[in-house]
Amino acid sequence: MNLILISLITLGAVGAVSAIILFFVAKKFHVYEDPRYDEVEAALPAANCGGCGFPGCRGFAVACVEAESLEKLNCPVGGNETMQKVATILGKTVAEAAPTVAVVRCGGTCDHRPRTSDYDGVKHCFIAHNLFSGESGCSFGCLGLGDCEVSCEFDAIHINPATKLPEVDEEKCTSCGACVKACPKLLIELRKKGPKSRRIYVSCRNEERGPIAKKSCDVSCIACTKCEKVCPHEAITITNNLAFIHDDKCTLCRKCVEVCPTNAIVELNFPPRKIKEPISSEAELVS
Amino acid sequence: MKTFRIGGIHPKENKFSAGKKIQTIELPKQVVIPLSHYIGTPSEAVIKKGDLVKVGQLIGKANGFISANVHSSVSGKVTKVDVQLDATGYKRPAVFIDVEGDEWLENIDKSSDIVRECTLPKDEILRRIQDAGIVGLGGATFPAHVKLTPPPGKKAESVIINAVECESYLTNDHGLMLEKAEEILIGIKIIMQVLDVKKAFIGIEANKPDAIKLLSNLAKNYTGIEVVPLKVSYPQGGEKQLIDAILRRQVPSGKIPIEVGTVVQNVGTVFAIYEAVQKNKPMIERIVTVTGKSAPNPGNYRVRIGTMLSELALDAGGVPEDTGKIVGGGPMMGRSLMTLDVPTAKGSAGILYIQKQESIRKPIQNCIRCTKCVTVCPMGLEPFLLMNQSERNMWPEMEANRTMDCIECGSCSYTCPSNRPLLDYIRFGKTTVGGIIRNRAVK
Amino acid sequence: MDKLVISPAPHIHGGDSVSKNMTTVIVALVPALLVGLYYFGLGAIIVTLTAVISCILFEYLIQKYILKGTNSIMDGSAALTGLLLALNLPSNIPLWMVIIGSLVAIGIAKMSFGGLGNNPFNPALIGRVFLLISFPVAMTSWPKPIPFNPSYLDAETAATPLAMMKSHFGTLPTTLDLFLGNMGGSLGEVSVLALLIGLIYLLIKKIITWHIPISILVTVFIFAGILNLANPEQYASPVIHLFSGGLMLGAVFMATDYVTSPMNPRGMLVFGVGIGIITVLIRTFGAYPEGVSFAILIMNAFTPLINTYIKPKRFGEKVKVNN
Repeated sequence: MNLILISLITLGAVGAVSAIILFFVAKKFHVYEDPRYDEVEAALPAANCGGCGFPGCRGFAVACVEAESLEKLNCPVGGNETMQKVATILGKTVAEAAPTVAVVRCGGTCDHRPRTSDYDGVKHCFIAHNLFSGESGCSFGCLGLGDCEVSCEFDAIHINPATKLPEVDEEKCTSCGACVKACPKLLIELRKKGPKSRRIYVSCRNEERGPIAKKSCDVSCIACTKCEKVCPHEAITITNNLAFIHDDKCTLCRKCVEVCPTNAIVELNFPPRKIKEPISSEAELVS
Repeated sequence: MKTFRIGGIHPKENKFSAGKKIQTIELPKQVVIPLSHYIGTPSEAVIKKGDLVKVGQLIGKANGFISANVHSSVSGKVTKVDVQLDATGYKRPAVFIDVEGDEWLENIDKSSDIVRECTLPKDEILRRIQDAGIVGLGGATFPAHVKLTPPPGKKAESVIINAVECESYLTNDHGLMLEKAEEILIGIKIIMQVLDVKKAFIGIEANKPDAIKLLSNLAKNYTGIEVVPLKVSYPQGGEKQLIDAILRRQVPSGKIPIEVGTVVQNVGTVFAIYEAVQKNKPMIERIVTVTGKSAPNPGNYRVRIGTMLSELALDAGGVPEDTGKIVGGGPMMGRSLMTLDVPTAKGSAGILYIQKQESIRKPIQNCIRCTKCVTVCPMGLEPFLLMNQSERNMWPEMEANRTMDCIECGSCSYTCPSNRPLLDYIRFGKTTVGGIIRNRAVK
Repeated sequence: MDKLVISPAPHIHGGDSVSKNMTTVIVALVPALLVGLYYFGLGAIIVTLTAVISCILFEYLIQKYILKGTNSIMDGSAALTGLLLALNLPSNIPLWMVIIGSLVAIGIAKMSFGGLGNNPFNPALIGRVFLLISFPVAMTSWPKPIPFNPSYLDAETAATPLAMMKSHFGTLPTTLDLFLGNMGGSLGEVSVLALLIGLIYLLIKKIITWHIPISILVTVFIFAGILNLANPEQYASPVIHLFSGGLMLGAVFMATDYVTSPMNPRGMLVFGVGIGIITVLIRTFGAYPEGVSFAILIMNAFTPLINTYIKPKRFGEKVKVNN
């Protein structure tokens, strides 16, 4: 009985003294934090993907609270809805940003782009990229080793084993930009998602002259300028033998898709048309 | 016998072409002379389409500090200046020339007479080396004149000639030493004159007894030149390892050999320097070893720079049937080629045919932590750890574990019983960490 | 010609493999095993076979049905674990205990961490220590060494020299007997001679370096020697420490286990010295007569720490500017 009593008293005393010390230490070293940090952080998706350019959601929350306006801040994962919530909490306004999605600008499937050598090394794009220009004749195209797949936190991009090209899952893609950074060939771009997810883009990055590009890949952009000429909105420019469609000018009229002789321009999620021949198979696969 | 003190391996030597006479191959119909080098900025073309050039004429001017002049290796007509897939696996600028005859510039001494006397002043020698576009032939193709100009405040006490040729299969330096011993010694004298040093060491591995004997006998006539036989061990040809083996001094991390008072030059470079200074001949040809276990005619060939490797392979008996992989250079550090249709560059030391069964890597297994990679690493690093950190993108930790010291010799991957791609990942880490360090320096 | 293969350098491989390493260690254990068979006869055969077969079986089953990975029994590491476990057991131990020991060694100590290369502790030792703590009587009643002993469970028992030292009871065997293995003990630990042959074979084959075994033995010799000099009545001579118990087996085969020992020579020396000191401490002052297994397991726990703080000698670490 005595033993129990002594134990209880000793432990109780130690506990009480520790509590007092802790109390004063906590008071002394208390750091004031804006309570809005926590509120904003709670409104964020907590993916900590870094897509906003800040270290994690907390970093972004701090930046939002401290910023004069929310103009340049955007959480690509949460999108407009989240940014609206953040704006309400902070009493600021936020402009509606057009949602974007990752697109892979290479259409060189195994059929279109014959392989000329076999890579036998670590399945890692960056390592292969440092070693050589790729298994096919095209030194700009996808290596197909899946750095983008590894980098994706949202399980939204996968290498299709049949085509050896990555495919983006539009539903899951949050356009955080991790794959854009991971790709050593700079093939992935964040583009406007477009109405009803309809998009048109040049699925090629080959900057070689037409004949050389065409020789290594059937569906390469050969810089024939047909699309540039046919575009009524001046949305297409050609630099370094490569066409590029600016998504802020493009009205999705699909004229360029029709004229492209190599099917390098890809249209996504459009209803099938009556006159034109069926969309090339890889266009569907890329979606 | 001397050797370096940390790590090292001894792969099977397989020097099939050792002792074979150097053969000169026929002039090709067309050459593609690369304007870019393995490192540094590409040279700037100074000729244009349709120009007629002679052998030895300048066609590419050095562009920047780490860059070298490029000369035409043939006479003929420039057909275009375009990109060409080269041994690095990428398309890079090159000059295409259709060969017409073999007309040399008048001021080049084509004869094989040995010119012994060199009375030129130091600056003139350096200028000639620079003008001749001489780069290190050991593999890194670093411009020779830069190496021979120590940074201000530093002074070399000795010069080391790298005649180790520690890579298995390759014999081009060996062949050169047997045939051009006298010229090499004169070249060393010239280098000693430029650097103003009294002592030169020629490091040769003990598996080349004929070269050691020949050079030692001839070196008696030259004061200050000493031949040092070395125990066979890879990577003895690494600059830092060679200095350690000969001088017992270790170059500190991130420093260059001049820090310990020496300069290293490859024996092939020395011969090129001799030709440039004494014969006014720029770097337009080199010795290439063509070899492999099933190579029909392994040997050393004198090749004009820009000759397609496929033509050289044809002259050397063709590509064997069972080839699975073709390596440009030695088996430990060479680059595997996508095709033989790439031009001979200044740094091309050899063509190595690897048989099919040897060309595919064995499946990767778990690391069993056997410590063999640590034991063989000549830089005293922990390859297993660096690989793990690279896989997990732990860049600051990799830097702290001295990944930048790695000389990429491949001893770790060669030794690993679990066939782990240690060097692949370390190289990846090195590239990334190097980028981070450069960014930091800019800020 | 087909498509050429592209891969990063190096393009050749030395031909070493995991199974080659494991096989070499198994070969190095053969002398010790033969001595065990000679002195302990039938029991030794039964225990060894049971341990090896059950280890391989457990690894196969776990790999196939739980981890669903590739079959790894061909690399020889499971067989080696089984053999080492058997050599650490008395030859009169019941079969079901051997099987439990194998299950603990393979299932808990090895496969639950992810298989070969990932286990922090030596699996065979975990198996042995598990049995030692669970079944102390069975694990410490050693059979008497009788050449070609035909009895198994009913074998006549004898005390080990270490137990005699601890209890100060019984006559110690001669040093020659200790050296040859004519004493009570686990079936693989008795013969110093056989284990030294194994050590020399491993050193010649470059499977291990000298650092771990030599540092353990030297430390034990020095530490026990100091104690012995201080009080020869109380503490046994260092030679008996070296030649008895599981020290030789532990120093040569258990502590040098690739996976659980430090990764560079400097670290190995620290590791060896640590094992040596802990062994002598347990033997002289602890409750158990033998402490090698505990010492190795304790130092196994320190291995990651040693790897973090003790680095190999870097190139250019000590700059000699003057010749």
